[in-house]
Amino acid sequence: MTGDSAGGETAKRAAGNPHPESTARTGLGQGPGRLLVMLYGVFTVAAASRSVYQLIAQYQEAPLAYILSAVSAAVYAFITVSLVRGGEGARKAAFVCCALELLGVLTVGTWTLADPSAFPDQTVWSDYGMGYLFIPVFLPVTGLMWLRRSRRG
Amino acid sequence: MIDALTVALGVTALLLAAWCGFAAYRDQPTKDWHFIGMAVVALLAMVQLVIGVVRLAGGADPRQGVAIFVAYLIGSAFAVPIAAFMSLTERTRWGSATVSAAAVVLAVLEVRLYDIWGGVGG
Repeated sequence: MTGDSAGGETAKRAAGNPHPESTARTGLGQGPGRLLVMLYGVFTVAAASRSVYQLIAQYQEAPLAYILSAVSAAVYAFITVSLVRGGEGARKAAFVCCALELLGVLTVGTWTLADPSAFPDQTVWSDYGMGYLFIPVFLPVTGLMWLRRSRRG
Repeated sequence: MIDALTVALGVTALLLAAWCGFAAYRDQPTKDWHFIGMAVVALLAMVQLVIGVVRLAGGADPRQGVAIFVAYLIGSAFAVPIAAFMSLTERTRWGSATVSAAAVVLAVLEVRLYDIWGGVGG
Protein backbone atom coordinates (compact mmCIF):
# COMPACT_ATOMS: atom_id res chain seq x y z
CA MET A 1 0.00 0.00 0.00
CA THR A 2 1.00 3.60 -0.57
CA GLY A 3 -0.59 4.96 2.61
CA ASP A 4 2.67 6.18 4.17
CA SER A 5 4.09 7.82 1.07
CA ALA A 6 0.73 9.45 0.33
CA GLY A 7 0.63 10.84 3.86
CA GLY A 8 4.18 12.14 3.53
CA GLU A 9 3.38 13.68 0.18
CA THR A 10 0.38 15.50 1.63
CA ALA A 11 2.43 16.76 4.56
CA LYS A 12 5.12 18.05 2.18
CA ARG A 13 2.56 19.84 0.06
CA ALA A 14 0.81 21.28 3.08
CA ALA A 15 4.12 22.59 4.45
CA GLY A 16 4.84 24.53 1.27
CA ASN A 17 1.27 25.64 0.81
CA PRO A 18 -0.01 28.86 2.36
CA HIS A 19 -3.57 27.54 2.06
CA PRO A 20 -3.73 24.07 3.63
CA GLU A 21 -7.44 24.06 2.80
CA SER A 22 -6.65 23.82 -0.92
CA THR A 23 -4.64 20.60 -0.45
CA ALA A 24 -7.51 19.14 1.53
CA ARG A 25 -9.85 20.05 -1.29
CA THR A 26 -8.24 17.64 -3.71
CA GLY A 27 -8.19 14.62 -1.39
CA LEU A 28 -11.72 13.22 -1.48
CA GLY A 29 -11.84 12.20 -5.12
CA GLN A 30 -8.36 10.67 -5.26
CA GLY A 31 -7.05 7.21 -4.55
CA PRO A 32 -9.90 4.93 -3.50
CA GLY A 33 -12.09 8.03 -3.71
CA ARG A 34 -11.68 7.95 -7.51
CA LEU A 35 -13.43 4.60 -7.63
CA LEU A 36 -16.22 5.95 -5.43
CA VAL A 37 -16.66 8.98 -7.69
CA MET A 38 -17.08 6.64 -10.66
CA LEU A 39 -19.61 4.40 -8.92
CA TYR A 40 -21.59 7.32 -7.52
CA GLY A 41 -21.54 8.90 -10.97
CA VAL A 42 -22.94 5.73 -12.51
CA PHE A 43 -25.69 5.53 -9.92
CA THR A 44 -26.53 9.20 -10.32
CA VAL A 45 -27.02 8.71 -14.04
CA ALA A 46 -28.88 5.42 -13.57
CA ALA A 47 -31.26 6.70 -10.90
CA ALA A 48 -31.77 10.10 -12.51
CA SER A 49 -32.48 8.87 -16.05
CA ARG A 50 -34.71 6.14 -14.68
CA SER A 51 -36.78 8.51 -12.54
CA VAL A 52 -37.01 11.24 -15.20
CA TYR A 53 -38.23 8.75 -17.77
CA GLN A 54 -40.68 7.11 -15.42
CA LEU A 55 -42.04 10.34 -13.95
CA ILE A 56 -42.74 11.62 -17.46
CA ALA A 57 -43.90 8.45 -19.19
CA GLN A 58 -45.74 6.48 -16.54
CA TYR A 59 -46.20 8.54 -13.39
CA GLN A 60 -49.62 7.03 -12.59
CA GLU A 61 -48.39 3.46 -12.38
CA ALA A 62 -46.21 3.75 -9.28
CA PRO A 63 -45.83 7.35 -8.12
CA LEU A 64 -44.22 6.39 -4.80
CA ALA A 65 -41.53 4.26 -6.45
CA TYR A 66 -40.70 6.94 -9.01
CA ILE A 67 -40.52 9.75 -6.47
CA LEU A 68 -38.22 7.63 -4.30
CA SER A 69 -36.05 7.03 -7.38
CA ALA A 70 -35.85 10.77 -7.92
CA VAL A 71 -34.89 11.32 -4.27
CA SER A 72 -32.16 8.69 -4.49
CA ALA A 73 -30.88 10.32 -7.69
CA ALA A 74 -30.60 13.65 -5.88
CA VAL A 75 -28.71 12.05 -2.99
CA TYR A 76 -26.31 10.28 -5.37
CA ALA A 77 -25.74 13.47 -7.36
CA PHE A 78 -24.97 15.45 -4.22
CA ILE A 79 -22.45 12.89 -2.97
CA THR A 80 -20.74 12.72 -6.38
CA VAL A 81 -20.35 16.50 -6.50
CA SER A 82 -19.12 16.61 -2.90
CA LEU A 83 -16.48 13.96 -3.56
CA VAL A 84 -15.20 15.81 -6.62
CA ARG A 85 -15.28 19.20 -4.91
CA GLY A 86 -13.43 18.06 -1.80
CA GLY A 87 -12.75 20.09 1.33
CA GLU A 88 -13.91 19.64 4.89
CA GLY A 89 -17.37 21.13 4.35
CA ALA A 90 -18.04 18.84 1.41
CA ARG A 91 -16.70 15.89 3.37
CA LYS A 92 -19.14 16.52 6.22
CA ALA A 93 -22.04 17.04 3.83
CA ALA A 94 -21.17 13.87 1.93
CA PHE A 95 -20.93 11.99 5.23
CA VAL A 96 -24.46 13.03 6.18
CA CYS A 97 -25.72 12.11 2.71
CA CYS A 98 -24.06 8.68 2.80
CA ALA A 99 -25.73 8.02 6.17
CA LEU A 100 -29.01 9.21 4.64
CA GLU A 101 -28.42 6.95 1.65
CA LEU A 102 -27.77 3.92 3.87
CA LEU A 103 -30.90 4.71 5.86
CA GLY A 104 -32.84 5.06 2.60
CA VAL A 105 -31.66 1.75 1.21
CA LEU A 106 -32.47 -0.09 4.44
CA THR A 107 -35.85 1.60 4.83
CA VAL A 108 -36.97 1.18 1.23
CA GLY A 109 -35.50 -2.33 1.10
CA THR A 110 -37.49 -3.39 4.16
CA TRP A 111 -40.56 -1.51 2.96
CA THR A 112 -40.58 -3.24 -0.43
CA LEU A 113 -40.33 -6.63 1.23
CA ALA A 114 -42.95 -5.86 3.90
CA ASP A 115 -45.52 -4.20 1.63
CA PRO A 116 -44.88 -5.05 -2.05
CA SER A 117 -48.31 -3.70 -3.02
CA ALA A 118 -47.10 -0.14 -2.36
CA PHE A 119 -44.48 -0.67 -5.10
CA PRO A 120 -45.95 -1.89 -8.39
CA ASP A 121 -42.63 -0.95 -10.01
CA GLN A 122 -39.01 -1.17 -8.93
CA THR A 123 -36.84 1.57 -7.49
CA VAL A 124 -33.05 1.61 -7.29
CA TRP A 125 -33.40 0.76 -3.61
CA SER A 126 -36.04 -2.00 -3.91
CA ASP A 127 -35.14 -5.24 -2.10
CA TYR A 128 -31.94 -3.61 -0.81
CA GLY A 129 -30.80 -2.91 -4.37
CA MET A 130 -30.98 -6.52 -5.53
CA GLY A 131 -31.58 -5.46 -9.14
CA TYR A 132 -28.30 -3.56 -8.98
CA LEU A 133 -26.15 -6.38 -7.57
CA PHE A 134 -26.67 -5.04 -4.03
CA ILE A 135 -24.24 -2.24 -4.82
CA PRO A 136 -26.70 0.34 -3.33
CA VAL A 137 -26.12 -1.29 0.09
CA PHE A 138 -22.33 -1.56 -0.14
CA LEU A 139 -21.78 1.88 -1.65
CA PRO A 140 -22.86 4.01 1.36
CA VAL A 141 -20.94 1.76 3.78
CA THR A 142 -17.78 2.08 1.69
CA GLY A 143 -18.42 5.79 1.29
CA LEU A 144 -18.77 6.31 5.04
CA MET A 145 -15.54 4.39 5.69
CA TRP A 146 -13.66 6.39 3.08
CA LEU A 147 -14.98 9.73 4.31
CA ARG A 148 -14.09 8.81 7.89
CA ARG A 149 -10.57 7.84 6.89
CA SER A 150 -9.92 10.98 4.89
CA ARG A 151 -10.82 13.23 7.79
CA ARG A 152 -8.16 15.79 8.60
CA GLY A 153 -6.77 17.11 11.87
CA MET B 1 -29.44 -4.93 -32.47
CA ILE B 2 -26.78 -7.06 -33.99
CA ASP B 3 -26.55 -9.78 -31.38
CA ALA B 4 -22.97 -10.70 -32.21
CA LEU B 5 -21.79 -7.15 -31.50
CA THR B 6 -23.62 -7.02 -28.17
CA VAL B 7 -22.11 -10.33 -27.14
CA ALA B 8 -18.65 -9.25 -28.33
CA LEU B 9 -18.93 -6.04 -26.32
CA GLY B 10 -20.04 -7.88 -23.21
CA VAL B 11 -17.13 -10.33 -23.47
CA THR B 12 -14.45 -7.72 -24.28
CA ALA B 13 -15.75 -5.50 -21.47
CA LEU B 14 -15.39 -8.36 -18.99
CA LEU B 15 -11.89 -9.11 -20.31
CA LEU B 16 -10.95 -5.45 -19.86
CA ALA B 17 -12.42 -5.55 -16.34
CA ALA B 18 -10.35 -8.62 -15.47
CA TRP B 19 -7.18 -7.14 -17.00
CA CYS B 20 -7.45 -3.80 -15.20
CA GLY B 21 -8.62 -5.56 -12.05
CA PHE B 22 -5.42 -7.61 -12.20
CA ALA B 23 -3.38 -4.41 -12.58
CA ALA B 24 -5.13 -2.98 -9.51
CA TYR B 25 -4.45 -6.20 -7.63
CA ARG B 26 -0.74 -5.89 -8.50
CA ASP B 27 -0.77 -2.27 -7.32
CA GLN B 28 -0.15 -0.87 -10.80
CA PRO B 29 -1.66 2.11 -12.63
CA THR B 30 -3.12 1.73 -16.11
CA LYS B 31 -0.43 1.52 -18.79
CA ASP B 32 -0.40 2.19 -22.55
CA TRP B 33 -1.55 -1.34 -23.30
CA HIS B 34 -4.53 -0.91 -21.03
CA PHE B 35 -5.47 2.27 -22.87
CA ILE B 36 -5.28 0.44 -26.19
CA GLY B 37 -7.63 -2.15 -24.72
CA MET B 38 -9.98 0.60 -23.54
CA ALA B 39 -9.85 2.16 -27.00
CA VAL B 40 -10.89 -1.12 -28.62
CA VAL B 41 -13.84 -1.56 -26.25
CA ALA B 42 -14.83 2.11 -26.58
CA LEU B 43 -14.68 1.86 -30.37
CA LEU B 44 -16.95 -1.19 -30.34
CA ALA B 45 -19.40 0.71 -28.14
CA MET B 46 -19.35 3.68 -30.54
CA VAL B 47 -20.01 1.35 -33.48
CA GLN B 48 -22.90 -0.12 -31.54
CA LEU B 49 -24.30 3.35 -30.89
CA VAL B 50 -24.15 4.23 -34.59
CA ILE B 51 -25.66 0.92 -35.71
CA GLY B 52 -28.38 1.22 -33.07
CA VAL B 53 -29.34 4.72 -34.22
CA VAL B 54 -29.28 3.65 -37.88
CA ARG B 55 -31.53 0.70 -37.12
CA LEU B 56 -33.94 2.99 -35.25
CA ALA B 57 -33.97 5.41 -38.17
CA GLY B 58 -34.72 2.43 -40.39
CA GLY B 59 -37.92 1.82 -38.46
CA ALA B 60 -36.81 -0.80 -35.95
CA ASP B 61 -38.80 -0.91 -32.72
CA PRO B 62 -37.08 -1.99 -29.47
CA ARG B 63 -39.41 -4.04 -27.30
CA GLN B 64 -39.05 -1.89 -24.18
CA GLY B 65 -39.18 1.48 -25.89
CA VAL B 66 -36.99 3.75 -27.98
CA ALA B 67 -36.13 6.20 -25.19
CA ILE B 68 -34.73 3.54 -22.85
CA PHE B 69 -32.85 1.90 -25.70
CA VAL B 70 -31.16 5.16 -26.73
CA ALA B 71 -30.35 6.00 -23.10
CA TYR B 72 -28.57 2.68 -22.63
CA LEU B 73 -26.76 3.04 -25.98
CA ILE B 74 -25.41 6.45 -24.94
CA GLY B 75 -24.51 5.17 -21.48
CA SER B 76 -22.58 2.23 -22.89
CA ALA B 77 -20.75 4.47 -25.39
CA PHE B 78 -19.49 6.82 -22.67
CA ALA B 79 -18.76 4.43 -19.77
CA VAL B 80 -15.24 3.38 -20.77
CA PRO B 81 -13.99 6.72 -22.21
CA ILE B 82 -14.97 8.56 -19.02
CA ALA B 83 -13.26 5.92 -16.86
CA ALA B 84 -10.18 6.18 -19.10
CA PHE B 85 -9.90 9.91 -18.43
CA MET B 86 -10.40 9.33 -14.71
CA SER B 87 -7.57 6.81 -14.66
CA LEU B 88 -5.32 9.21 -16.62
CA THR B 89 -5.39 11.62 -13.69
CA GLU B 90 -5.21 8.90 -11.05
CA ARG B 91 -1.84 7.19 -11.55
CA THR B 92 -2.28 4.57 -8.84
CA ARG B 93 -3.90 1.15 -8.55
CA TRP B 94 -7.19 2.96 -7.93
CA GLY B 95 -7.17 4.30 -11.48
CA SER B 96 -7.02 0.68 -12.67
CA ALA B 97 -9.80 -0.30 -10.26
CA THR B 98 -11.95 2.53 -11.64
CA VAL B 99 -11.58 1.31 -15.24
CA SER B 100 -12.27 -2.24 -14.10
CA ALA B 101 -15.50 -1.18 -12.39
CA ALA B 102 -16.60 0.84 -15.43
CA ALA B 103 -16.00 -2.17 -17.68
CA VAL B 104 -18.21 -4.33 -15.44
CA VAL B 105 -20.89 -1.63 -15.66
CA LEU B 106 -20.58 -1.74 -19.46
CA ALA B 107 -21.04 -5.52 -19.48
CA VAL B 108 -24.19 -5.14 -17.40
CA LEU B 109 -25.45 -2.44 -19.77
CA GLU B 110 -24.95 -4.84 -22.70
CA VAL B 111 -27.06 -7.49 -21.01
CA ARG B 112 -29.78 -4.90 -20.42
CA LEU B 113 -29.50 -3.65 -24.02
CA TYR B 114 -30.06 -7.19 -25.23
CA ASP B 115 -33.26 -7.40 -23.14
CA ILE B 116 -34.47 -3.97 -24.18
CA TRP B 117 -34.01 -4.71 -27.86
CA GLY B 118 -36.18 -7.77 -27.47
CA GLY B 119 -34.02 -10.79 -26.69
CA VAL B 120 -33.34 -13.13 -29.60
CA GLY B 121 -33.47 -12.36 -33.27
CA GLY B 122 -32.85 -8.60 -33.13
